[in-house]
This record gives sequence, C-alpha cells and structure tokens, in this order.
Amino acid sequence: MPTNGVPTKITQGSGTKGGIGESTLRPDGTLKVTGEFAYSSDMWHEDMLWGQILRSTVAHAEIVSIDTSKALATPGVYAVMTYDDLPTDVKNYGLEIQDTPVLAHGKVRHHGEPVAIVAADHPETARRAAARIRVEYRDLPVVTDEASALAPDAVLVHEARDDHHIGHVPHPNVVHRQPIVRGDVEAARRRADVIVEGEYTFGMQDQAFLGPESGLAVPEEDGGVHLYIATQWLHSDLRQMAPVLGLPEDKVRMTLAGVGGAFGGREDLSMQIHACLLALRTGKPVKIVYNRFESFFGHVHRHPAKLYYEHGATREGKLTHVKCRIVLDGGAYASASPAVVGNASSLGIGPYVVDDVEIEALALYTNNPPCGAMRGFGAVQACFAYEAQMDKLAERLGMDPVELRQLNAMEQGALMPTGQPVDSPAPVAELLRRVKAMPMPPERQWESSEGADVRQLPGGLSNTTHGEGVVRGVGYAVGIKNVGFSEGFDDYSTARVRMEVAGGEPVATVHTAMAEVGQGGVTVHAQIARTELGVTQVTIHPADTRVGSAGSTSASRQTYVTGGAVRNACELVREKVLELGRRRFGSYHPAWATAELLLEGGKVVTDGGEVLADLADVLGDEAVEVEEEWRHRPTEPFDLRTGQGNGHVQYSFAAHRAVVEVDTELGLVKVIELACAQDVGKALNPLSVIGQIQGGTTQGLGVAVMEEIVVDPKTAKVRNPSFTDYLIPTILDTPTIPVDVLELADDHAPYGLRGVGEAPTLSSTPAVLAAIRNATGLELNRTPVRPEHLTGTG
Amino acid sequence: MDFLRPASWEEALAAKAEHPTAVPIAGGTDVMVEINFDHRRPEYLMDLNRIGDLDAWEVGEESVRLGASVPYARIMEHLRAELPGLALASHTVASPQIRNRGGVGGNLGTASPAGDAHPALLAAGAEVEVESVRGARRIPIDAFYTGVKRNALAPDELIRAIHIKKADGPQQYSKVGTRNAMVIAVCAFGLALHPGTRTVRTGIGSAAPTPIRARAAEEFLDAALEEGGLWDNGKTIPPSVAKRFAELCAAACNPIDDVRGTAAYRRHAVGVMARRTLTWTWESYRGAHRITEGAA
Repeated sequence: MPTNGVPTKITQGSGTKGGIGESTLRPDGTLKVTGEFAYSSDMWHEDMLWGQILRSTVAHAEIVSIDTSKALATPGVYAVMTYDDLPTDVKNYGLEIQDTPVLAHGKVRHHGEPVAIVAADHPETARRAAARIRVEYRDLPVVTDEASALAPDAVLVHEARDDHHIGHVPHPNVVHRQPIVRGDVEAARRRADVIVEGEYTFGMQDQAFLGPESGLAVPEEDGGVHLYIATQWLHSDLRQMAPVLGLPEDKVRMTLAGVGGAFGGREDLSMQIHACLLALRTGKPVKIVYNRFESFFGHVHRHPAKLYYEHGATREGKLTHVKCRIVLDGGAYASASPAVVGNASSLGIGPYVVDDVEIEALALYTNNPPCGAMRGFGAVQACFAYEAQMDKLAERLGMDPVELRQLNAMEQGALMPTGQPVDSPAPVAELLRRVKAMPMPPERQWESSEGADVRQLPGGLSNTTHGEGVVRGVGYAVGIKNVGFSEGFDDYSTARVRMEVAGGEPVATVHTAMAEVGQGGVTVHAQIARTELGVTQVTIHPADTRVGSAGSTSASRQTYVTGGAVRNACELVREKVLELGRRRFGSYHPAWATAELLLEGGKVVTDGGEVLADLADVLGDEAVEVEEEWRHRPTEPFDLRTGQGNGHVQYSFAAHRAVVEVDTELGLVKVIELACAQDVGKALNPLSVIGQIQGGTTQGLGVAVMEEIVVDPKTAKVRNPSFTDYLIPTILDTPTIPVDVLELADDHAPYGLRGVGEAPTLSSTPAVLAAIRNATGLELNRTPVRPEHLTGTG
Repeated sequence: MDFLRPASWEEALAAKAEHPTAVPIAGGTDVMVEINFDHRRPEYLMDLNRIGDLDAWEVGEESVRLGASVPYARIMEHLRAELPGLALASHTVASPQIRNRGGVGGNLGTASPAGDAHPALLAAGAEVEVESVRGARRIPIDAFYTGVKRNALAPDELIRAIHIKKADGPQQYSKVGTRNAMVIAVCAFGLALHPGTRTVRTGIGSAAPTPIRARAAEEFLDAALEEGGLWDNGKTIPPSVAKRFAELCAAACNPIDDVRGTAAYRRHAVGVMARRTLTWTWESYRGAHRITEGAA
C-alpha cells in the first residue's frame, strides 16, 4: 500500500497521564447523560424578560402594513420592535454576503422569516402579544427551483445585488457558480468504451440538534451588552452583531452557553441580535428560547440538490472522464452557499483519479428555506451522486463495485480536478479493502426459538413482517472531504495558555474562544496541554470573547486549528518555563544548558530521563502566560473560470459498507450494519474519534432513509416542522457500526492529525442507498428513499 | 388557561358540565404536544390524575373493563393474554416514557385516525363507557368515531373506561411507519379471529378520515372460512382467499396523500398487512386447533 505513514515526531514525552492518544473522558459527559448539564435554554436571570419572534406565514410577499398597537397594549409587554426600530443603518447580516434582514423590510422572502420581536415578562405573554401583531401581506410569485429561478421573466429574490459574486453569475438568482475544467472531456469521451449518465435528487436535511436556539442578553452599565449564547463561532457572531446594534465590538461581550448540538446549524445567527436589541431597548436581561417548531425555521438546512452526472470508462474500468452539474438550492438568503458551491465543485468527482473533468456547481436563490452549513458541507450531496454513478458503471462493465473504485482510487500525489496535489496519505483503496474485509453480520438474525424478534426486522416493533418479503442487500461507498476553511480564507485560531502553581501543584489553564458543541475540544485541549507541559491538572477556561477568535467549530477543523493553536501556545509557555528554570537552577546542573529538556509528570527532565527540577519549584509564584494566533498553511481561491487553485488545506477519507434488510413488499428498511474505515492521521482521543465516526455515520443513514424537510412546491411553505414528521434515527434504527481507524500521519498537521467529524457523513448515505438497490434491483436516484419509492406507489 | 383539579369522578363530571370546553388531561402525551405546538390553547384544562379508578382494570367473564388512563405499558405487561391485539398495538406507541403515561382514553378522546389503539379496539370489539351529570352510557366502538378527530362524546361527557371483548382467538396488529420505533402511523391494521362466533373483525388506522373496519373483507372471509369448513378442519387458507381479503381491505381505505405517505402506498400497505396478519393469526389458530384435537 503506497503510503508514507511516518508519525510526526512528538517532541514532548508520553510520560504524562491523560495526554494525547488516550481516551480521556469528556468533563461534561456524566452531566449530560444524567440531565444535569446546563444548556443555553436553562439560563435564568433575575428580572429577565422573554423575547418572542413573529415570523412570516407566507414565503414571498410584500409587507403592506404592520400594526403593533395591540401587542404594545398587552399588559406585561415591554417592547415591540420592527424594522423601523433598528438603531443603525446596518440592518442586514450574513456570513459572507450581508443579505439577511435582521427584521423583514418591505417584503419577506421565505416562510418563517422574522418580521417583529416582542419582549414581555412571561413567555406566554410574549407569545400572545406577538400573535396580536397584524401584518398585511401582498403575495408575490414564488421561486422554488431552477426552472422558476432562471426563467427569462423570473422574479428576482434579491432585486439589487451588489455582492462580489454578482459579476460572474449567469443570473441574479444564482448566488455563486463555480466551474472546474481540466483536460479535454470531448476528447476523453471518444476514448470511453462505456458511458453512464444519471440524474439525482438530494432532499433537504435538517441538523436536528436537540438543544433549540437560545440565549440570554444582559445589558451592561457601560451601555454594552453581554450575550450568553449557544453558537459555533463567537467572534463571527460578534462581527455581524455589533454593527447592527450600533456598538463597538468591545462593548458586545460574548460567553458560550451550553450547546445542545450544532452540525452547522449554528454557524449563522439566529436570535442573537434580536435578544440584544430587546435587552438594550428595555434595559433588562432578555432570554429567547425557540420551541421545536420555531427551531425548524430558526436555522439554515442542508442544501437540497439536483445532480447530473456523466461518467466514462474504458472496458477495463479506468475512468476516462467525468462531467457533472450540481444545482444546490440555497433558499432565500446566501448564508454559506458560496463556500458550499466551492466544496461541491472541487470535491464533485470524489476520491478518484480522472484527468478530464468538467464540473459546474451553483447555488440558487429561491423562496425556499435558507440553506447553509451542515456536516459534510456540499461534499455530501456530490458523494451521493458520484457513488451511485460508480455502482452504475460497475454494473455496466460487469465489474465488482469495490474493485472498480480501487482501480480508480486516488493515492498520495494525485491531482484534484482543481490541479491541487494531494500531498498527504490518501488511502482510498485501503479503506475500501478494510471495510470489505470485515466479517459480515449473520443472515436472518431475527430468527429465535421464540419466533421472530421483530426488533431485528424492518418495521421493528411495529410488527410488519416476521421475515416475509425481506431481502438483504450490501453496498459500498467512499468519500472525500476537505478539512478547514478553504479558498484563501485566513483560517486561524487563538489560544491563551497559562501555567502557575496552585495548591503546590503546577496547573495549566487553556483559554480559547472555541465553541464546544459536542466535538470534544474541551477533552482534547486538556490532553494537548498535559502532553506539552507535563502537568496533570488542566483547567479549561469557559469560551468567551475576552480571548482572540478560535474560528468556527465546523469544517472538521477545531482539533486541527485550535488544537494546533493550543499546542503552539503550550510550546511557547514551555520555552518560557525552561528559560525560567535555566535562570533559577541552571547553575546547579550542566544538563540545563546542554540537554534537550522535556516537561513530564510535573518535572523538568532530560531526554535521557534525568529529573532536573519540580515544575512547582521552577515556577515558584510566577505565572507564565502566552496568547498567540496560529494558522495552518494558506490556501488559494479557485479560479472563477477554470476552478484551478490550491484551495484546500487537507483532505479526509472514509469508506462504508452497508448491510440492509429490506421488506420489499412494504418498502421498509432496516440497516443491519454500517461498517466504516477512516484515516484520522492521529487519533488524539480514540474514544472521541469513534464517537464522531459513529455519529456521522448515523446522520448519513438518517438522510438515506428518513430525514427530509418537505417544502410545498406551490407555496414554498414547510410541511413538517416537527419531530413527529421530521424523523431522525432512534437507537432501533441505528445499526451496529464497527469502526476501523487508520492513522497515517499528515506531516503538515499538528501531531499528523486529520479532521474527523465530517467524512463519515458522506459515504454512509450512498452506501445505504447502494445496499437498498442491491436488495431491490431498483434504480433509486433520490434520497431519502421512502416506502413509496420501493413499492411503486409514489 | 384555568387548571381544574377534581378530586373525584363526580367532581369531574360537575366541572365538565359547568365548563364543556374543558379539555381533560391524564397522561398528557397528546394534549401537551398540542399545547407546546400552539395548536391548541384550551380555556380550561381538567386534570384527571387525582381520580383513582381511571387507572385500574378489571377482567370479567366476557370482557376487560379498562380504565381510561391505564398506561400502555401496563396493558403490555398485564393484559397480553386477554387483549393481545391491543397489547401489540401498545408496543408500537411512541417511546417507553410515553407508554408509561399515555392510555387508551386519550387515544379515544383525540380520535385521530392515526391513534394506535383504534384498529385493535375495532378488531377486538369494544364499548366506550362515557358519563356526564346526565348519566352514563356505553357507545359501541363502531359508532364512536364520527369524523377526523371527532367522536360521539357529548360536550359534557367524559370517557371513564373501555370494555373490550376478551380474545377468543388469535389477534394481530401491524403498523407502518418510516422509522423502526417511535413513529406515527402511516397506516395500521388490526385483525382478530373470533372462533366463538366464527367471525373475523378488522381495524384500519390512518387510511381514512376515521379508523374503520373493512366490512366487505370481513364478510368475504367469514363466508370463505365457513364454506371451506376451515374453522373445523383447520386447513390452510387458500392463497386466492388471502389475496382477495387483502384486496378488499385495501379497497376499504379512503386515504389521502400527505407528508407521511401517499394514498396509493397506504392502500397497498394495508393490503400487505391484511394478508400477513391473516396468515399469522390463522397459522396460530390452526396450531391451537391441532393441539386441541390431539388432546381430545
């Protein structure tokens, strides 16, 4: 196997307990399992008011009038605000394009858009008052798909765009378009012995985090505001909020509150500005908590997509060319759409070597719900389609689908369609080999001496089959995901590390603004500090904006980037500590000057293991502190015409094998097993790594067989904003997930690590679909697949 | 919203007479969802949890008198032999937490076509014991469901208990949802064999505006079983009979397309469930029959 899996040198000793590579436990794990963890929705403040948002009941309409008088007259109401009450000229926000109104101005562009906000002394009072606001709408035609968005007489979702993409998009209803052209597809097509085409549909998935959007804004004496908030990136929120509030950034203080999951859904602002506006208006703390219904309108979703693919290959199975077109529905506001387009295009053909490629990806503006970041970020939709194509091609060629993939798999040194060389291990063929080699789950596991165990069958406890109509299927898929922010973004993180003696012991404190959303940064940062500083006691300071930005908890980047920043700051602290030691004790032992020194087990030791001093003695009553920004190597934007450029920081790979049982008569699916093999470079915390892989795998299963926000194509209204009708997998839907973790170091990354969180979300979905196709013989070109698709009753 | 907490059944009836818009709440597994979703803001909520006998049951000669608030978990645990269809249906209700709280009285009060208990009650045969200050009466289950989320209760009446016929033969229950647990029905099917009267009864959920029986299918099967002497000879049901029964069950449906499934799928799935549950119950009946013969 062609890899150069030499682990990077770990300069610090492994002699300190609880360092990297160990499965230390989450500090908040027990609290979360026992229900004692304080989430953002649990916060309370004396005298606080409750905020409520009035949202549009229609998808696209002019606002003729808003009458707030009855709401204002409601006893217990402290404030009602509309667009006219915004304090400054900055009335929009957005991650990249500031196109999202804080409160609707003159029109609404999607179902559930915020129109007015209310603060009252009781949540029920706030709710009733909001319901008394009269909004008169004049309906506008809705833009819902590519045809209605790009028609010559199409209604423009945004009439007067002045963002930096408008110059290169083919139509004002296109947010961003990225072509990638490499080689000569026309010529390559002539060399192809077989060509397969496919048209695929990916449904709208929701992050479905369990902790609804919530936060508490507390006005401060200096005229500023302190927001306690569940988010993915404190400083990004701050940058968008301050101008709208009319406050300098240092008067908007942010502290991370307990986050109940994120998955990309907290990259955009939700109630942040609304709570602060109401707090500043009333002079009182204001809490806002969405209920589940509102949460479905309160964050962006995964882009639904239409994908058109053509794959060509020689008789022997070598890919000659790939041509594809990926149309993502961005909904009413841009959110992360441009970056999602960048991912969908640059990762659009998967982890395969193809010299002749034509890719086009674009995101539309429509009146559907806004879509943006979600785990997998543009790579998920593409993987679903290109992996279906690989199976189709294998079938056409009469080849084994895994062998076809392995024959075309990229290796280290391969060129991406963007021309970027993959300069770290890319064990694509090996990951496939590993999932294929895992033992198969036994057949007919439902059979027991007491009859059928329905829990092992499609339908589960609903008791729909005792084995009748059940057919097993097996499917494979592999995917490629980028790690970190791409396309030239200055993607840095900041860490402040302090070392001092407390209670006679050396203690390290790690302070970052990293949002802990469940990914395990709080565990890993402590491990890094222990390894680098040789201490056992590490305090993780609450995340806030009193320290520099940590960047977003997304793009599988936090262990890499903030982990890298913590390691870097620890190294600087270590140097200072050793400097202090040399000053204090250097004269007692020559090794202080001559040997390579390590911090281990609370002591300064030589690389030969000789103890020179206790850290506590070295530090005395001094504290050593460093705050420093850290960056991964820079990336470049993709060329707007050719898509060429070294756009990505690192690539991450995972492969899945899905085993399903399908009740072919009822169209019900039970996923029996989803085996995964993934290269993680270096598992800083193996338990967390497996948790991430199993979680990502399950989220991919969800969108394979059940998860979809259904939007009415005529009205653009959401039809299932509840957990009654937006289904996510329960434990009975979650299969056994055997995980094979490969650790092939990326020499460019801290400790050789590779971002873990997203790659397993990619290949899980197409593997399940492939297994269902294998069981049923049906073509199945959309996900999620529903019973009516399997029974011809759609 | 006013919260009424009657200490006795009589107080509850008086309160309901005084406030006919009061919404009774026991387990709260349905009412609270409606309130949380803002679908409903009743003027009065009436808590029935202080009234003791609503969560008790009594097994009689012919039937079980099931208190309106007996939780599904208890039915699964204690009444599996007497009410096998309802016990199977109870298994499919939501999650363990919900099954510990919710009961059949709530399912009947809401009268949603998707309520899990309805097909089992229709198939077993049941009467709903209701009462008001004007007096008590029993409503046959076949006359109970009057429209989408409407039932035969008068505004001042409360559901006190359900009298369900004890099983005199095998019963089965199947429900289709797009998840393997904790899922609202796309459609559901209940079947009960009644060897005592040589009849079969069916119940269909979520495939018509109300829970329904497939009467034509029942009559067809009754006749076919009689004609073939199958109740006595215990022979296998001919595939053509099972197929026709399934077709008639599917034909009894009057489903809609909605976010949970298509009308065509519902009709199709009811047919599949009808055929399968007929096989399961009949095989079980034949098995018992053979044992009886052997003992004789």
